[in-house]
Amino acid sequence: MGNLIKPYGDTIDDGIVQLSFTLPVTNGAKAKKAAEIYANNLKIEDVTIAHAEEIAEGFTYFVIFGKASVSIDYDSVKASEVSTEFYDYYEINSLIKEKINRKVNVVGASIGTDAHTVGIDAIMNMKGYDGDYGLERYPEINATNLGSQVTCEELVESALKNGSDAILVSQTVTQKDAHIRNFTELIELLEAEKIRKQFLVIAGGPRITNDLAIELGYDAGFGAGTVPSQVASYIVTCLVKE
Amino acid sequence: MAQIKLDQEQVKRVKNYAKDIADSVQKNVIDGNSSVSVERTVLRLYGVDGTDEEGTPYPNLIVDKLKEKDLLSKGVSKFFAASMLASKRDAMDTAELICQGNILFGEINEFSRADIESKEIELSKEALKTLDSSRIHKSKKQEKTPLPEQPFKYMIVATGNIYEDRTQAKAAVSSGADIIAVIRSTAQSLLDYVPYGATTEGFGGTFATQENFKIMRKALDEASKKKGTYVRLVNYASGLCMSEIAACAAIEDLDMLLNDSMYGILFRDINKKRTFVDQHFSRLICSRAKILINTGEDNYLTTSDAIENAYTVTSSQLINEAMGKNSLLTDEQLGLGHAFEIDPKVKNGFLFELAHAQLARQLFPDAPLKYMPPTKYKSCDIFFSQCMDSMFNLASVTTGQGIHLCGILTEAIHTPLMQDRFQSLSNVNYIFDTARDLGDEIEFKEDGVIAKRAQTVLNETEEFLKKVNDIGLMEAISEGYFAGIKRLDTGGKGLDGVFLKDSDYSNPILEMLEKEGTING
Repeated sequence: MGNLIKPYGDTIDDGIVQLSFTLPVTNGAKAKKAAEIYANNLKIEDVTIAHAEEIAEGFTYFVIFGKASVSIDYDSVKASEVSTEFYDYYEINSLIKEKINRKVNVVGASIGTDAHTVGIDAIMNMKGYDGDYGLERYPEINATNLGSQVTCEELVESALKNGSDAILVSQTVTQKDAHIRNFTELIELLEAEKIRKQFLVIAGGPRITNDLAIELGYDAGFGAGTVPSQVASYIVTCLVKE
Repeated sequence: MAQIKLDQEQVKRVKNYAKDIADSVQKNVIDGNSSVSVERTVLRLYGVDGTDEEGTPYPNLIVDKLKEKDLLSKGVSKFFAASMLASKRDAMDTAELICQGNILFGEINEFSRADIESKEIELSKEALKTLDSSRIHKSKKQEKTPLPEQPFKYMIVATGNIYEDRTQAKAAVSSGADIIAVIRSTAQSLLDYVPYGATTEGFGGTFATQENFKIMRKALDEASKKKGTYVRLVNYASGLCMSEIAACAAIEDLDMLLNDSMYGILFRDINKKRTFVDQHFSRLICSRAKILINTGEDNYLTTSDAIENAYTVTSSQLINEAMGKNSLLTDEQLGLGHAFEIDPKVKNGFLFELAHAQLARQLFPDAPLKYMPPTKYKSCDIFFSQCMDSMFNLASVTTGQGIHLCGILTEAIHTPLMQDRFQSLSNVNYIFDTARDLGDEIEFKEDGVIAKRAQTVLNETEEFLKKVNDIGLMEAISEGYFAGIKRLDTGGKGLDGVFLKDSDYSNPILEMLEKEGTING
């Protein structure tokens, strides 16, 4: 049997997890017991109900600790990260100058009903994120940030007009998995227009993983904490390869 | 409360610049123009509501009819008054008759000018009575269940379903919320009509409709009784229907509206002229019905840096104040906005936040300042996020802010769950209580980091407002002075709905509101 792992509290294999959730019941001994049984059914043993509080009429909030009984074989886990070398601002600009010999065009937007521009702004705005300059600052990149609530049609139209090399799509805060539908809609539109291959299409947002992005038909996906130079590195590396 | 020493002459100078900027927009843009939305508001206040079978609101149908006949520049008021004389029925029936084509709309020769005018005056007086009764009604409710102590705790609900929102709102109130904001469906600011009826589906929020306002206000009246203090209800009068939403809000006794002079222009690409014209009428309605406005300066800092661009926030607050005063709003109605958005990695960032919050407090001593929590640097590590919100809560209570938008620890992840609101309010309640009088106990060191920072922002504000005043606000926006976003005079949505007033234009509601001035009590 491979490399079995389970959560770590302060001793290897103790399986300690912390969990908080709300049950639609009035607080009391019965509610606490219900929370314990519920956790047991989630395969958590030795449950401690650390905190139980009625946060609204008929709704009780729990903080619990327990020991997870499930282990997994770490060797069997498969996941990918965007595999590219990461360069800094200066390296990226000189790579574009030397190897691509023209400006790189990038268009970005937050699509669908999401009004949050935090994600796309972090990557594209001059200022950038976490001390890492945004794409607008790169002299060798023409960056167009369309902002939020952009329709897929508008985004594609702009990408065609600007002769974009890459399309960046962000989804920050959405309800009930709307981000999946929005991401899918863009790819479907590109495929219907038979122009999917013309662009690098990159997804971003706190609920995005590279695997999810690839499953949805994107070239790459970047999650929370991504800085602009990582995205730029990926774009430039792909363009140089071409 | 601790004070930073500010040069009062300099404060006067920045206020004067803002007043000149606002007066110039009032004179050159607002006074000579009206819009389809303003005209629809007149109809709503005359008593027109409802939709045809396809769901198009009657106010839209009627205004569009007048536009087709090229008569809109005279204002809808006189034509509708004439139709009521013709129908001898009430406003609703008359609207239906007009839309069914049973009344020749736009023809007024049948009646004398004097008869029409006197009907317009009668309708307008009734309209003002509606606004007055909203003001009086709220004031009476606040006698029974008084307003709580400031900072007021402001909490959002956003399920898309008004009935679900009601459950969430009641839960938030029981955890300590003083103000409930129903986040609007995200695309609504771009709709050129107000949706109708109770709604159960929205996108990232719930549609603002008059019926939804009524449902939520009723729920909050019950919650207020239970809580013993008055719970305010907020909605959004931004976008293409500012004044119509203000009218619907007044009719249903709403307490606050998001109503910024430049937010729609910059962040929703709504035409400048349209925004300024609609905004003035919407604010006159708010003034009369005692609806507080909230402004949106916090948005600048989600795109620009909170330290480098702090002066744009202060400048916009000053402009919003001056424009608000031109629309008869009192200091107590000006929820001028700002935000706690400095990068948490900046050394002494909290001191800068205190400086910004304190500067706003001192520039607008009687305004219930709207203070927004961190969003831009919110972490997906909810435990760290909760720490950031704690610092925000401390800054708010120490500097005596007015309207405190409770930060949510899952801000960067999803729309709030019930337990997220509870966590947020536990944090706020704890810090507000434990540090309640801190601001009265401390003094700001005269040449310290905080005092110097406030002075720097004020200096930058003065320089900036002088430049804006030199070229005018319209041009300043065209050149990207605010949030680095450029909006041209002829660009943006809704310009085709703006028109020059004819010499024969009439809108007695607007005239009476302007003439009668601020009314309290």
